[in-house]
Amino acid sequence: MPKLVLTGNYTVALAAKMARVQVVAAYPITPQTSIVEKLAEYVDKGELDAEMIRVESEHSALAATFGAAIAGARAFTATSSHGLLYMHEWVHWTSHARIPVVMAIVTRTIAAPWNIWSDHTDFLGQRDTGWILCFAMDNQELFDLTIQAFKISEDPRVYLPSMIGLDAFILSHTAMPVEVPDQKLVDEWLGSRRQPYAIDGLQPLALGSLAWPEDTEEFFMGIQEAMEVAKKVIREVDESYGRVFGRSYGGLVECYRCSDAKYHVVSMGAWSGDIMEAIDMLRDEGYPVGLMRIRFIRPFPDREVYSILGSSRGVIVFDRAISFGSLGPIYLDIAGNMLKYTQKLPYMRNIVAGIGGVNVTYEDFIKLIKDTIDSLEKGVEPPTYTWYHKR
Amino acid sequence: MGKVVLEVVPTKHKLPLAKPVVGVVGKTGSWRWMKPVVDQGKCVKCFQCEIYCPDNCIHVDPEKGAFIDYDYCKGCGLCASVCPVKAVSMVRESGGG
Repeated sequence: MPKLVLTGNYTVALAAKMARVQVVAAYPITPQTSIVEKLAEYVDKGELDAEMIRVESEHSALAATFGAAIAGARAFTATSSHGLLYMHEWVHWTSHARIPVVMAIVTRTIAAPWNIWSDHTDFLGQRDTGWILCFAMDNQELFDLTIQAFKISEDPRVYLPSMIGLDAFILSHTAMPVEVPDQKLVDEWLGSRRQPYAIDGLQPLALGSLAWPEDTEEFFMGIQEAMEVAKKVIREVDESYGRVFGRSYGGLVECYRCSDAKYHVVSMGAWSGDIMEAIDMLRDEGYPVGLMRIRFIRPFPDREVYSILGSSRGVIVFDRAISFGSLGPIYLDIAGNMLKYTQKLPYMRNIVAGIGGVNVTYEDFIKLIKDTIDSLEKGVEPPTYTWYHKR
Repeated sequence: MGKVVLEVVPTKHKLPLAKPVVGVVGKTGSWRWMKPVVDQGKCVKCFQCEIYCPDNCIHVDPEKGAFIDYDYCKGCGLCASVCPVKAVSMVRESGGG
């Protein structure tokens, strides 16, 4: 398989092209724009047989993508930050209608103040919408996740749309080698576009008519059930992709040096790569620490979290988002989901950092992890919540 | 260039979809307290009432005139308002209101 050197944004565009998306509706926003610019270029050059719809806002971008998908097209869009906020109504419409759509989210801080750097507030603000939410660590994984997202979303056991997160600039505008498979392999593996119904004018169907409370609740119970089944589908897709394309990541989470670890770090996104470096260095110093990297935050990997962290001596959860007045969203999810399996939780520390794009390096991670472990070894529990800020 | 094939494969879950049928929420004409009545002698068969009726319950026959389905007409009066020859008059329903 040939390797290309691609930015994160061009990686997403290439993967969407290779999934043979038929409709792209898009509105530009930094740092997403070059994804849809590249797709427009593919269409213009005749390399992609798709309808490119230029709309007047992100609200319309997702509405048009949704409309095309309902009619039976494999449809795609991408956005960031304020664009995603503006789409929010259609985010719910798409999942509630059980229509497979794939959307890339280049995560970016939300104003005010105006800021184009990465944190995960926009992405994690979508966690209650009924979308499958996955997050890439590097451009290769980004390519693989984009292809896989179509497979997962279009699985009749799932029928829920997917968002793929990638950190602004750290991935979106950074070029890395990406192994690109043969188009024929992708076609065969992905197969036909599947969806539960198509509103194509052949038979009249009304979507979103008034429903009584009991019926409405049953629609939503179906989404919750589909999320549960999606965990299994995601693991299957990860394995089957590995067999065909040679890369598997471990399903909903990736475990890095954590099978023999006594202390565990949890993270999501690009900075997980820096944490892996920190862990390698800490291991060299004799610290028995590993990383559990969240790849899918919805559905939440409850079983994995419990089996990996359940008997840990200490867990540090890094959140690149804050639920103001509470804690980091990943930490909250981990604590809540662990309680499904046990009422006795390990010591768990939440470190919120990197907000507004503040650069957190492997040196910061080494310091924070080391301080936590050293303190726990002395029998002193550090505060369970810290906002790590640096200038 | 390869084409993506569409397959509609059902889900076991309930979907927020409805197949439109006549009178799905009952005879909404019972909500009416003012009733449009057509004077077929004045009607010029211009179709304006049929086009504007928000409940799709007026049918204009090019020979005979405008006919209203009172099972579903809610008596909004739009037809009377748009009729260019004032062939539709709104009369109070006898049953009360």
